[in-house]
Amino acid sequence: MAPMLELENVTARYGPVQALHGVSLSVAEGEIAAVLGANGAGKTTTLRAISGTVRRHGRLQFAGRELGGAGPDAVARLGIAHVPEGRGTFAELTVWENLRLGAYTRRGSPKDDFARIQTYFPWLAERRNQQSGTLSGGEQQMLALARAFMQRPRLLLLDEPSLGLAPLLVTEIFRIIKELNENEGLTVLVVEQNAHIALQVAQNAYVLEVGRVALSGPSAELQEHESVRRSYLGY
Amino acid sequence: MIGLAKRKTAVSTGVSIPVLVILLAAAVFLVIGSLVSSIFAQQTVAGLAQGAIFGSLALALVLIYRATEVINFAQGELAMATTYVAYQLTLWHVTYWLAFFLTLLIAFVLGVVIQVVVIRPVQHSVIAVVIITVGLFILIDGLVAWKWGADLKFMPAPFGNQVYHAGSVAFSRQDLGTLLVTIASVIVLWLLFQFTKLGLAMRAAALRPAAASLVGVRVNWMLALGWGLAAVLGAVAGLMTEPTQFLQPTMMQAILLYAFAAAVLGGLESPAGAVIGGLSLGVFLNLIGQYVGFASAELRLPIAFALLLLVLLLKPNGLFGRRQVRRV
Repeated sequence: MAPMLELENVTARYGPVQALHGVSLSVAEGEIAAVLGANGAGKTTTLRAISGTVRRHGRLQFAGRELGGAGPDAVARLGIAHVPEGRGTFAELTVWENLRLGAYTRRGSPKDDFARIQTYFPWLAERRNQQSGTLSGGEQQMLALARAFMQRPRLLLLDEPSLGLAPLLVTEIFRIIKELNENEGLTVLVVEQNAHIALQVAQNAYVLEVGRVALSGPSAELQEHESVRRSYLGY
Repeated sequence: MIGLAKRKTAVSTGVSIPVLVILLAAAVFLVIGSLVSSIFAQQTVAGLAQGAIFGSLALALVLIYRATEVINFAQGELAMATTYVAYQLTLWHVTYWLAFFLTLLIAFVLGVVIQVVVIRPVQHSVIAVVIITVGLFILIDGLVAWKWGADLKFMPAPFGNQVYHAGSVAFSRQDLGTLLVTIASVIVLWLLFQFTKLGLAMRAAALRPAAASLVGVRVNWMLALGWGLAAVLGAVAGLMTEPTQFLQPTMMQAILLYAFAAAVLGGLESPAGAVIGGLSLGVFLNLIGQYVGFASAELRLPIAFALLLLVLLLKPNGLFGRRQVRRV
């Protein structure tokens, strides 16, 4: 079966700075894939290239369609939800308004999806009229996940969901990501600094170094890999 | 669940308690004054009508400021030009109210076209957009003078000249009609922004364009719609100004300055602030003109800006503005 997402030799640059030097990777339907790497390795830019928030070259194929020069709003409408750095929630708007925006590309009432996402985040219902900027960091990350879910995407792109969160919350967030993947059939591509947890939940992983894929394979193999252990897992 | 202890909902609507108290006190003062003196009541209603016009033009400025972070200096001239369009329609024997609604439609299209054609190409640069709006001001002014001439023109009166009496107080139908139309258009706009998917998307696009595009919002179109709606509000302000100022190319210039003062008074980012700022300014100036001997017509604009200065000294972000907190 053809992969859900396939990148072939994708390059991207910010002005004079080349951020991606030809990234190739693929994500199969129904899996969780992780992208690991140090700061500046191009993890975030890889996600931005997929969602069209940075201009990119090379071949990007999603669900059998070329993404070509599609901008972020067009990519979103194709069924890719991107939770960016800084979570992409609207701090000025209420929890409910954020969720309604998540459902923006969908027809009909978002009520059913809202009921469904509440089984994962029961606190959303009682806090629906709260301004989302007043939520804690962990709650905002959960709201970002819920917002992405409301989009009913075929592919979820997550940029460092662990950033700035306490260790227990990180575990909680990744438990929910795993549940969404298993129960809702959501395909996930997650970028993470925290290689430990990413390799635990992902089936496959890619290690980026200066804008290229340096290493890839099933998470279990990468966990045993000498250089991954030393550089990213720290033992 | 971990870390989800229930917290008190933070009050961050931008309205502080002292401001609410002052506004409430002012409202009580106006009501009591109106009950005591019929002239006071008349002047208050006339001031509200004038202030509603300031308010709707101020709201147009705020809409564009929130979306484009620029004061649209051409907003008043655009309002004036669309009022001339209505005038032209009535010359062609279109009835007043049909011309009114056709003009709103034309204003909407005009606003969208202006955003798409001249603003969008330079929207990454705030200073370029400002210069463009100043250029539009001059261009529109010139085009109107060329097409219709600079002399006074007159349109049919939308509300007639009747006067209603409540006890010893006389209210002109003109003032009440102006108040009704402007407030209705503000409410319709508020309903659109607050309760529709499109309105929510427009707010999202103005607040965080990058995040909005990630959920599938076509941000550029939302900004264009914002300019269209601002032009509609301007047209309402222009059409409601015409019965008292009559039609001339300069009719909206002073009003734009009052609207600017009202918008800043309200906090520039706050739609409710713009409307309340406009109404307050209208009433304040009318009552000052009635009761304070030296406040002649020539001094109205300076007094308005002195008031604005005073408010900004005490509350630099305006009455309803919130302190800017932006992650960089």
